[in-house]
Amino acid sequence: MEPRTRLERQARPESMLLNMGPSHPAMHGTIRIMLELDAEKILNAEVEVGYLHRGFEKTCENRSYFNLLIYTDRLNYVSPLINNLGYCMTMEKMLGVAAPERAQLIRVLMSELSRVSDHLTCLAAMAMESGAFTAFLYMMKAREYLWDVVEFTTGARMTTSYIRIGGVRSDLHPGWRGALSKAVGETRKVLKDVSGLLDKNAIFLGRTRGVGTISKEDALSYGWTGPCLRSTGIAYDVRKAHPYLVYDRLAFDVPVGEFGDNYDRYRVRMREMEQSLRILEQVAALLPEAPPLAAGPAIEPEEAIRRSRAERAREPIRLSPNLEGSEKERLAGLSCQFPPVAVPAKEDAYTTMEGLIGHFLFFMAGKGIRPPKGDVYFSVEGGNGELGFYIVSDGSDKPYRLHLRAPCLHIVSALEQLIKGRLIADVIPTFGSMNMIGGELDR
Amino acid sequence: MGPEGLIDAIRARLGEAVEGVTDSFGDPVLLIRPQDLRAVMSALREAPFDYAVLLDLTCVDFAAAEGRFELVYHLYSLSRNVRLRLKTSLPADRPSVETVVGLWKNAEWLEREAFDMFGVRFEGHPYLRRILTYEGFEGHPLRKSYPWRLEQPRFPPKDEA
Repeated sequence: MEPRTRLERQARPESMLLNMGPSHPAMHGTIRIMLELDAEKILNAEVEVGYLHRGFEKTCENRSYFNLLIYTDRLNYVSPLINNLGYCMTMEKMLGVAAPERAQLIRVLMSELSRVSDHLTCLAAMAMESGAFTAFLYMMKAREYLWDVVEFTTGARMTTSYIRIGGVRSDLHPGWRGALSKAVGETRKVLKDVSGLLDKNAIFLGRTRGVGTISKEDALSYGWTGPCLRSTGIAYDVRKAHPYLVYDRLAFDVPVGEFGDNYDRYRVRMREMEQSLRILEQVAALLPEAPPLAAGPAIEPEEAIRRSRAERAREPIRLSPNLEGSEKERLAGLSCQFPPVAVPAKEDAYTTMEGLIGHFLFFMAGKGIRPPKGDVYFSVEGGNGELGFYIVSDGSDKPYRLHLRAPCLHIVSALEQLIKGRLIADVIPTFGSMNMIGGELDR
Repeated sequence: MGPEGLIDAIRARLGEAVEGVTDSFGDPVLLIRPQDLRAVMSALREAPFDYAVLLDLTCVDFAAAEGRFELVYHLYSLSRNVRLRLKTSLPADRPSVETVVGLWKNAEWLEREAFDMFGVRFEGHPYLRRILTYEGFEGHPLRKSYPWRLEQPRFPPKDEA
């Protein structure tokens, strides 16, 4: 049989060929690393991806702009809110709209919560795979506190679909301030503990210092972005280089590494989390309390619909609990009210003719969000690096083409080079420090 | 170099290889003649343009309506903090263009993806092989002619050794 892969064709006859993955207990994510070995030494490596390919881009071509948002949750499933944000801001660039100030602050809050949880997950897995199980448990604990804040507001831990084109879906949960300060405090403690456990740990240092080193030139040539690029000493961060939302008004530093090895990638992520916590505190201070809702007895939607047949219903309407936070008074500050961009207020759909028409015009096939013809690229700083969307519109209600620039595709494409000439054991921390997320890489 | 000056400088340097310049939602877009693609890319990679990063490479299928595929490259210059989008049109019946492998290291995977999804041939690519789908997969799924939800066997039949 003719060998299928380059590695098999080029391998020396006396070498041992070994498959790591696609399902390997020490690798988070489904990826196959083929190794040509001389004892424990890796002579050559070939990485095969695509095990999680589910046709994200093709599916999006067959969904309306509003409906495809849920697929973006499932890209980088550790920081779904940043994926939502990237997609929504690309659409906003195309539509020429901007989210209101309050929505922008909430978006920054959600982005940074996601970034911290993304980095925590990456480092937790990396530490665990290097044998530091305690650090894993500590970090998972901190992540739970952060996800509490997300869950209170969005109703979900991962599949949030919270950030919408033109704004956000609803206001923050009334208890968000307490939950956030608890999460920030607990995360700080965990970062201190993990730092104490790992920073000068001889075993951890032995497996990370000087392992998986990449030069600045190579990192750029491989299209690296995010913490992995910054670990080589290049301070490229989309939040600073091409500021979006209110990042230009917030004070934060961009930590960089020096050698571009596994340890630097660990340290850069640790320091970035501290900066993200700093941003979270600033945003919490900038965010005013949500405007109070009208007092008085509320009527059921059914009653409002019945009454509005004769006259306009003036009383507040009791919305379904899953619409909590998106009451009409609040929606104005949370979402762009330009008609076909955001979901119209539910109260209007119940009680006025125009509201009902607006509702149908938003959701009907062929109507709804229809950006002008053209193509657009926009990117945000994701957990792994520059998360970019490239969308081609033909003027209809579905994208003609939607392409995701997945930061970890570029990062993982360098894995072969980083492990060549090293030992098998080095694959684990090197791969761990890259933070490969299958949902994003394979799309 | 401002955005205007930049485009002029590129046109002056590359001459006829640049077929046109358009603007798309505020971003400059260069249309490149396909046979000059590699030469254009290697010029842009060097000083004074210094596009050290191949940010993205993808393809759009206009085969049914316009009889062409459009390759879309996004470059980024770290020293000048600017992005640039380049497009080149390939005939739908024989989409083929010279590779940019050797200029940027991630080009190998990005071109494999465009090949896998659209069937674009990259001449001179050292290892043009499917990347997201598997060996034995039939067709190129992101082509508009490929039906959405077409089912294929998850694994190709095993060869008899």
